[in-house]
Amino acid sequence: MNVKALVFLLLLPVAALGQGFAGLGTQAENFAQPAPGRALEFPADHGPHPDYRIEWWYLTANMAGPDGTPYGLQWTLFRSALAPRGGEGWETPQLWMGHAAVTTPEAHHVAERLARGGIGQAGVQAKPFSAWIDDWLMEGHNFDNLRLTASGADFAYDVRLRASGPLVRHGQEGYSVKSAAGQASYYYSQPFFELSGTLSLPEGDVPVTGTAWLDREWSSQPLAEDQQGWDWFSLTFDDGNKLMGFVLRGSMDYTSATWITAGGQATAFADGAFTARPLRHHSVAGRQVPTTWQVSLPAQGVDVTVAALNPDAWMQTSVPYWEGPVRVTGSHTGVGYLEMTGYD
Amino acid sequence: MTAVILSALASHWRRNPLQLLTLLVGLALATALWSGVQAINAEARASYDAAAATLGEGQFAQITARDGGAMSQQTYIALRRAGWMVSPVIEGRLGSVRIIGLEPLTAPRGLSPISADSGGDLTAFLSGPGQIFAHQNTLAQLPDTDVQGVVAVDVAPNTAITDIGLAQRLLDRPGQIDRLIVVPDQPFSRRPLTEVAANLSLLAPQDGNDVAQLTDSFHLNLTAFGLLSFAVGLFIVHGAIGLAFEQRRPMVRTLRALGAPLGRLIVLMALELAVLALIAGAIGVAMGYVIAAALLPDVAATLRGLYGADVSGQMTLRPVWWLSGLAIALLGTAVAASGALWSLARMPLLSGAHPRALSMSQLQRGKFVLAMGLLLVSAALAIWGQGLLAGFAMLGALLIGGALALPPLLTWLLSCAEKRARAPVTQWFWADTRQQVPGLSLALMALMLAMAANVGVSTMVSSFRLTFVGFLDQRLASELYVRIEDPAQAAAITAAATGHADAILPLLSVNHQIAGMLGEVLGVRDHATYRDNWQLLRASPDVWDRLARGDGVLINEQMYRRAGLELGADIAVGQDVNLPVLGIYGDYGNPVGQVILTEDLFRRLFPDVTARQFGLRVDPNRVAALRERLREEAGVAESAMIDQAAIKAASLAVFERTFTVTAALNVLTLAVAGFAILMSLLTLAAMRLPQLAPVWALGLTRRRLAALDLLRALVLASLTGALALPLGLALAWALLAVVNVEAFGWRLPMYLFPLDYLKLGMLALLAAAIAALWPAWRLSRTPPSQLLGVFRHER
Repeated sequence: MNVKALVFLLLLPVAALGQGFAGLGTQAENFAQPAPGRALEFPADHGPHPDYRIEWWYLTANMAGPDGTPYGLQWTLFRSALAPRGGEGWETPQLWMGHAAVTTPEAHHVAERLARGGIGQAGVQAKPFSAWIDDWLMEGHNFDNLRLTASGADFAYDVRLRASGPLVRHGQEGYSVKSAAGQASYYYSQPFFELSGTLSLPEGDVPVTGTAWLDREWSSQPLAEDQQGWDWFSLTFDDGNKLMGFVLRGSMDYTSATWITAGGQATAFADGAFTARPLRHHSVAGRQVPTTWQVSLPAQGVDVTVAALNPDAWMQTSVPYWEGPVRVTGSHTGVGYLEMTGYD
Repeated sequence: MTAVILSALASHWRRNPLQLLTLLVGLALATALWSGVQAINAEARASYDAAAATLGEGQFAQITARDGGAMSQQTYIALRRAGWMVSPVIEGRLGSVRIIGLEPLTAPRGLSPISADSGGDLTAFLSGPGQIFAHQNTLAQLPDTDVQGVVAVDVAPNTAITDIGLAQRLLDRPGQIDRLIVVPDQPFSRRPLTEVAANLSLLAPQDGNDVAQLTDSFHLNLTAFGLLSFAVGLFIVHGAIGLAFEQRRPMVRTLRALGAPLGRLIVLMALELAVLALIAGAIGVAMGYVIAAALLPDVAATLRGLYGADVSGQMTLRPVWWLSGLAIALLGTAVAASGALWSLARMPLLSGAHPRALSMSQLQRGKFVLAMGLLLVSAALAIWGQGLLAGFAMLGALLIGGALALPPLLTWLLSCAEKRARAPVTQWFWADTRQQVPGLSLALMALMLAMAANVGVSTMVSSFRLTFVGFLDQRLASELYVRIEDPAQAAAITAAATGHADAILPLLSVNHQIAGMLGEVLGVRDHATYRDNWQLLRASPDVWDRLARGDGVLINEQMYRRAGLELGADIAVGQDVNLPVLGIYGDYGNPVGQVILTEDLFRRLFPDVTARQFGLRVDPNRVAALRERLREEAGVAESAMIDQAAIKAASLAVFERTFTVTAALNVLTLAVAGFAILMSLLTLAAMRLPQLAPVWALGLTRRRLAALDLLRALVLASLTGALALPLGLALAWALLAVVNVEAFGWRLPMYLFPLDYLKLGMLALLAAAIAALWPAWRLSRTPPSQLLGVFRHER
């Protein structure tokens, strides 16, 4: 889902106005709007879409160290446009924001970067693929082989990603509806990355291997005005199947899900098929956040408990939210990532 | 009963309106001077803080081009992409306004008026026509553009802040930045600076706020003035309150005899004083505002001229000093009244109806001992004290001790005079004068403090002026100074000036870390200009020859004091280059340490740095012709050339303004002291009648008596003035040699200005004479029946 991100979407201006995630539902004057039936084109669509208000390159990974210790990693680049145009120099209305995190069972390290577009400090190009902000990188000759780096005051990582499956389009061929009123985004994923590399933590370097999930999404008004936030799940089951599902919280909850087989076959599920119910709340950063969930997709026989690896995985960034690795038990077992926004 | 007591208390003021006036005016004047000075200081400090917050200079490490010039925006990108958390800044002038361009997304928190997480309309700041944040006045000075001006009170005066992109456009410097602010939080790892880009210098953050440090001594003067004025005012208030209580002792006794409880009586009297204090305090704060508003433009001009500190010339009402003015009025009244209330509380019910004002001489012995103790403490602090706090403590002990020592000294001097007198009237005159000292002592102490403050502060300011002007003569030896925009222009200037100027002296400078501090390295050409004009504070033999050979360096006094570098000590001026200190020069008005090298050595150590300024030696009569030539042949802008005469004139103008401020405060404090004398004399007049009546009866005319009274006031004032002079000089010495060195790292030589002191003495005499005139006139008009009445009433 990634709606998640939307959040940020408007990230900057919105956050500044104090509207938080709810700002994602504000009017998007003059920006291009997603429409059904537009076929995604690659590699062009790996690059930025400056006519849309917000966009992100969102990677999460579940990993393990040599001793089996589980780790989570996040690398996100958000693009937010003040106006629907590109352009060079300081005058460009394109702003960029990067979030990076490493989560261990005991700690959660976060870093944030902000940059103006048009001057080379941050940006994305489709071919050869490169997404960067400051010294953070996600780049490779093509989208299937990438190097990923980031650093913060107390951590850094440098890992390689190799895709072992195809791109997955959510919704109708990548057109993903976000509310009953028809708000939507373009949304595709690469959930089949194999990861290996090194985490640099205060205690020392840790070699890790694991799997990673990359979400790409862009839109101009992804949320309805009454939607305050979302809970988004990306789960990788031990049997090779994967599940993406989200709940958009509003006056009426709106849910959506994609079932992805080990071979990359995607099935979209409309509102109501997927459910997620909070089981336990955790107090973090002065708020109550549900870090254990009962998640079900009866159509695929899924009824699992999703629990945070580290319930303190709070992202204390310009727009704060919760994002961290999870463990899955129940009808299916596995790992995944959970994102929760709008818990103000 | 409360109402009855209140009306009885109030009746005293109704019968003695003059006393009420004394109390209110004294307190109001004291509060006015105090809060006026505080207001000026607060305003100036707020301006520095705004400047510090605006510029971020000092608080953050910075990266600059090694040659001191602009750097490319690409360097910024390269550093960011290598993991350096830096934020670009561009600066320039648009007309008279300093434009600062910041990048809000990367600037450290609090630096930019708008940021991603602190609120504000980022969209308006970054897109569309853009926004400029500045003071209302500053906005009005900006040329007309479609940019939206936003009033921001916390931006430094004459400074405007905007987005870096807009600033580059306004200044017509696309793709350029002047420096990079290094954000405190840096990532886990980053590439070394030299690997990312050559020719950059990383400057460590500086401690504290330069400008604030630099101007501390100026504010110190003002604060000392304010404090002294308040002390002077307190003496008046103390006198007025003491008198009112003394005179009401019979009334208090009567009220108590009638059944009024002592406790309630005291509470009501305290309440009465509190109300009076609040009224006087409010008047005082209002007057303080007027004083501050009148003086602030001069103070602002002084600070700008002396230190380059931009201070707004406009007053804003700050609740803090409003409240502090009222609080200090209340506090002062409480201090002044506590003794009187205490003695009233302990008064036996049936005794003590007689005023005791004139019988307090037994207290003098104790005060004298206390005075001597304080003066000893002050001397001890001068010798062994360390730090600014000790300096202040020393000042306080010196002043209070000096003031307390005054009455015993006066008494002693008057007894000496009395012993020498032979004629009966003369003898009586001395004896009567001595007898009046206790009653007048508070007013005389006030006069003494006022004069000492005037002598001290004006000595300091004048010494500073003399030193500074002399220093300008040394430093500004060249007749014309030309700022250089780029190396090509340097060549053009050299070509144009060759043959038309007697000497072309390039001035090379670079910011550099020296002895662990951010400092400045200057490169100068060996030339008679320096040898003939520069006076070194300390120098080794053949200093100029050795400097020319590159055998050593000169350092300024700030470097000498801060780094503790003695003559001959080695100092690191570049990689692996250590040279001995050959001499130390005075460098007044400069906050940073400085090292001077010979030109050849400088060019070897800093090959990338080019001269930013030329000093041209030329016959003073040909300066105008040379300017003309440089403008036409080398395209030098008029604003890039400054002639020596203009700089000196500007500097002197600055001092004239300083003097305006000092002179105004001088007159005000003296007026306060004069007022104190007037009130003391007036209140004493009635009590003295019994002492004067017998003398009158013995044949001295009222006219003669009045003339003697006038003379007495003058004698007391001149004796006080004579005693105030050493105290004032001690104060000046403390300010120049102790507080100045502690506050900002250089010691100013102390000069004496006997003519000024004489003038001040005359002024004090004048104040005393004016104060004594009315009481004397009243005495000369006292009806004989009243004088006769003394004998009839038997007191």
